[in-house]
Amino acid sequence: MFASHPPLFSNPPHPREVIMLSKRFRLPNSASIDTFLAHGGYRSFRKALEMTADEIIAEVKTSNLRGRGGAGFPTGLKMGFVPRNSPKPKYIVVNADESEPGTCKDRLLMEYDPHSLLEGMLIAARAIDAKKGYIYIRGEYRYLIHILDRAIEEAYRHGYLGRNILGTGMDFDAYTHSGAGAYECGEESALLESLEGKRGVPRIKPPFPAQVGAFQCPTMLSNVETFCSIPYIVEMGGKAYADLGVEKAGGTKLTCLTGHLNKPGVYELPLGFPVDQLIHDVGGGIPGGRKLKAFIPGGSSCPVLTAKECEGLTMDYDAMAKRGTMLGSGGVVVMDESTDMVKVALRIMRFYQHESCGWCIPCREGTTWLRKMLQRFDEGLGRRHEIAMIGELAKNMLGRTFCALGDAAALPTISIVEKFYDEFERKLNAVSAPVPAPGPFPVLNDPPPLGVGR
Amino acid sequence: MANLVKFTIDGRELEAAPGTLVIDAAKRAGIEIPAFCYYEGLSLQGACRMCMVEVERMPKLQTACTLPVAEGMVVRTDTPQVAQARKGTLEFLLTNHPLDCPVCDKGGECELQDMVFRYGAGESRFTEIKHHVDEKQWSPVVYFDAPRCILCYRCVRVCDEGMGVGALGVVNRGVVAEIAPNHGDHLECDECGMCIDICPVGALTSGAYRYKTRPWEMEHVGTICTHCSNGCRTTLGVRNNQIIRGNNRDSSGINGEFLCIKGRYAFDFYDHPDRLQAPLMKVNGKLEPVSWSQALAAVARKFSDVKARGGNFGVIGSNRTTNEENFYLQKFARQVLGTNNLDHRRSGDIVSLLDALHGQQTALATTADLYQAKAVVVISADLALEHPLLSWQIRANWRHHAAHVYVVTTEPVREDKYSVNAARCAPGQELETLQALRPQLVDEPELIFVFGDTIKGEKVRKLVEFGASLGKPVKYVCLVDYANSRGAMDMGLTPELLPGYRASGMPGLTIAEMLAAEDLDVLWVVGANPLAGASLAARGAFVVVQDLFLTETAQAADVVFPACSAYEKNGTVTNVTGEVQRLKRAVQAMGTKPDLEIIGLLAREMGEAAQLGPWSADKVFAEIRATVPGYNVPLPVILTGGAAQTSPVNGRVEAPARPELIRSARNGLFSSGTLGRYSNVLHSVLEGRRQP
Repeated sequence: MFASHPPLFSNPPHPREVIMLSKRFRLPNSASIDTFLAHGGYRSFRKALEMTADEIIAEVKTSNLRGRGGAGFPTGLKMGFVPRNSPKPKYIVVNADESEPGTCKDRLLMEYDPHSLLEGMLIAARAIDAKKGYIYIRGEYRYLIHILDRAIEEAYRHGYLGRNILGTGMDFDAYTHSGAGAYECGEESALLESLEGKRGVPRIKPPFPAQVGAFQCPTMLSNVETFCSIPYIVEMGGKAYADLGVEKAGGTKLTCLTGHLNKPGVYELPLGFPVDQLIHDVGGGIPGGRKLKAFIPGGSSCPVLTAKECEGLTMDYDAMAKRGTMLGSGGVVVMDESTDMVKVALRIMRFYQHESCGWCIPCREGTTWLRKMLQRFDEGLGRRHEIAMIGELAKNMLGRTFCALGDAAALPTISIVEKFYDEFERKLNAVSAPVPAPGPFPVLNDPPPLGVGR
Repeated sequence: MANLVKFTIDGRELEAAPGTLVIDAAKRAGIEIPAFCYYEGLSLQGACRMCMVEVERMPKLQTACTLPVAEGMVVRTDTPQVAQARKGTLEFLLTNHPLDCPVCDKGGECELQDMVFRYGAGESRFTEIKHHVDEKQWSPVVYFDAPRCILCYRCVRVCDEGMGVGALGVVNRGVVAEIAPNHGDHLECDECGMCIDICPVGALTSGAYRYKTRPWEMEHVGTICTHCSNGCRTTLGVRNNQIIRGNNRDSSGINGEFLCIKGRYAFDFYDHPDRLQAPLMKVNGKLEPVSWSQALAAVARKFSDVKARGGNFGVIGSNRTTNEENFYLQKFARQVLGTNNLDHRRSGDIVSLLDALHGQQTALATTADLYQAKAVVVISADLALEHPLLSWQIRANWRHHAAHVYVVTTEPVREDKYSVNAARCAPGQELETLQALRPQLVDEPELIFVFGDTIKGEKVRKLVEFGASLGKPVKYVCLVDYANSRGAMDMGLTPELLPGYRASGMPGLTIAEMLAAEDLDVLWVVGANPLAGASLAARGAFVVVQDLFLTETAQAADVVFPACSAYEKNGTVTNVTGEVQRLKRAVQAMGTKPDLEIIGLLAREMGEAAQLGPWSADKVFAEIRATVPGYNVPLPVILTGGAAQTSPVNGRVEAPARPELIRSARNGLFSSGTLGRYSNVLHSVLEGRRQP
């Protein structure tokens, strides 16, 4: 049986939180099916079994649920794209390759409430007539595979997976599949390639996975949090779920607060939550009373905002778009005035350079060039005319790469150079620049990846 | 035409079939959209990002290689944004690309050079240290220089999709991603070098050519490969009367971009140190070099003597010599020597096929048909090894047109992988096994049967009956061994048939009968080696041999004439599918003469030249066109390096087929009869060394 799992927080939830997805996080043994069933587990699935596929999809559409992986594509629409009457088998694929720096929400869902993911998959499977589902988990989340495998085993034993589920004639099998440590495999088509046992590089789109996905068959591919949200939509109805959020974006969002905060952590907040309160109320403010300098709203691939740009900003898809950035995956990174923005740019670029799959030229060569250049700037060896060049090179990647990884590397870089130009200037000819206070990212000591010349 | 999509590129209103890619549509309209990874016929990559174009109502630049045209689409390739994108991508490409163009084999033929020249920046802003990896040798013929590689994956795709071998892959990721061979540090494959040819830069280079010359110092001579019967065009790079390189420079032959190891590298027999460079004559039981005039006089004298006393001649021709030489040789044998004791080594029963098909001239398939037909049945042949071009055509047909491929062989073959039905049969049971496929075959709208040497005689007739019973258009390919095996039959190099499959009336001796005839006075062997593993019964016979090397037969000769190889002469050859193509002389080998000239000089020496006519290839070909049925092929096609199919006979063949004489040598990729023995490349590669 389950090893006893300690509850996540001994503290009660923050009063501003709207507890829904995280409602079982604080329960003892929360990952076990007994706890799950005792707290409303699989009730939504039973309800969905009474509904038609169209009704389920209609509820998801009404809910205004948008994909929680970062792109924010309306989930109901995506489900509707799957050709249910195709003679091919249909698949459910869960993107659990949570790798965006700053993001750590799917991990908690799988660790503390794995059955809610299975329930979401089952409901989606019912809606698109899928018989098999794969949970593609990043290799670094190895310990979660054990938790999920146990949950799957329990679900089989209780008749929620397998043949003739709950006597309804529905068949569904769920499998976990481990990635091997490539950020690129979080891109949906690269994920599918990897799932099929091939090299994890993206596919040409269209066709999109809904039409031609896993094993060339129609596939619903979404993020963990998205699937976990589906049972609540079925349970409370799409309308009630939509009302929790803002216009065109329903529900709550697990927000990961990281960086210079007194109380970093994962909080469940309604969409449209004000950034100011996010930092100073939920996050407990910035240590030492220092001032906010920069803000990443949804993982390192989003353009960075300055403190001024954060004024009056709320956490939802459209508000972020208006400020030229993205809500992304909900990985908030708060940086205070002690942060060296050149180091931030370097740390971000080092990540993307290391993770570039090498498929297309602008990303492969662009990230490498920029990493080398930013490294030089950080060492005080930058040249004045090169500051603008950093932005130019990033723009040569932007929108021209095969997948979004190039954009993910370019967007924060462009924003940092534009918004913190003076910090790059200050680093010129500053070989013995004073070491600034520790930033949010560990920068200095990791060696370049094996085989990479500087 | 109906259902065409209308769109504009750079303001020009164009039309194309739905599904046409923008890059193809532009190319057809003469608008260049640069690309590295896009390669017509291979799967799409979208990886190089060079083909970015502006499309109205699309916010981002689009890759023209993945974008199908759509009604009303407005594409621009000439905007500042597009120019800037191309420049930016090239700048990225050059960051880690070593600028060693002055010593790079690809210099002058490099697509990256061309693109940078046209679209790139004049100077580099890259001041970081380049990523370097040492060069690797993957096989005697394939070298890989990773830093030059731009990862367009053409090599990976052509090996996998084009060749069906899949020996190349990609390892690592990001900037250290690298093309890698299938055995870690070396390649085990067909060694065809397609990866080298298709590489747009100098990342993959040829072990046979590297660092030998600059491409612009060579003359490029397009001729036909002399090895197997498929008749691929190979372009020989010639400098200072030396063949430096074989490749497929303009892809204009029936083989398109295809070449196998033989076509690309195995020209090297031509300057093997054992090559004969002077006539040899037996003096006191030993072959000694003599002058041409001495040797010619001696042979002419002997021929005249034997002819005068009504002695017995035996003439054995070649399946590598040109149509002109074969025609001239049979004319010499029949008119001057007055004998039908004339034969060559036969490897496919084309006679039975022509007879069974009597009248249906269109039932002989061409290599192009193999790429177009809806269904192909391969019987009793391992095409990938024995007939690599036919295999390539069928594979491309399957990839591009989803052709149905059927296989009936005794052993597994490469075609199995993409066949709809791969049937194994016991030896000799091919037709019975084929019968079992009838329910599937009868549903095919059209078929091509490709059959090997075990289908001969009565079996060919049965196969044609089977084909006719399907009630669909059916074509056939009768497989034969060497570059002009088909031409040798067509030119009547047999005791029973004259040129054009007309009966000779009084059949003479076959090869085996000549060797066994104790009263043979003269054995004249032109480009063949019948005494390899056999002996001559007539111990006192005068043996004359024309060859490149001192073969087993030449060693037993009284006079040996050093002959030119196919790369040293002009003429025409006819390939396995009956397509006539022209050889073009690339080099001259010192001391040798073309077989045609040797035969002509012998005729002159005997005083018989007048009745044979001039021994120039063009004149003889004119005679062939005028007198051999089916060979009246359009001259401009042949002269401009094209291929024209012959339809050699229209009606019954009035002589018995000789199925008992038919045996294929079954040469694979790494053997090629006598020539293969003298090719260093074929012996140097791992796969060649493993040959039994």
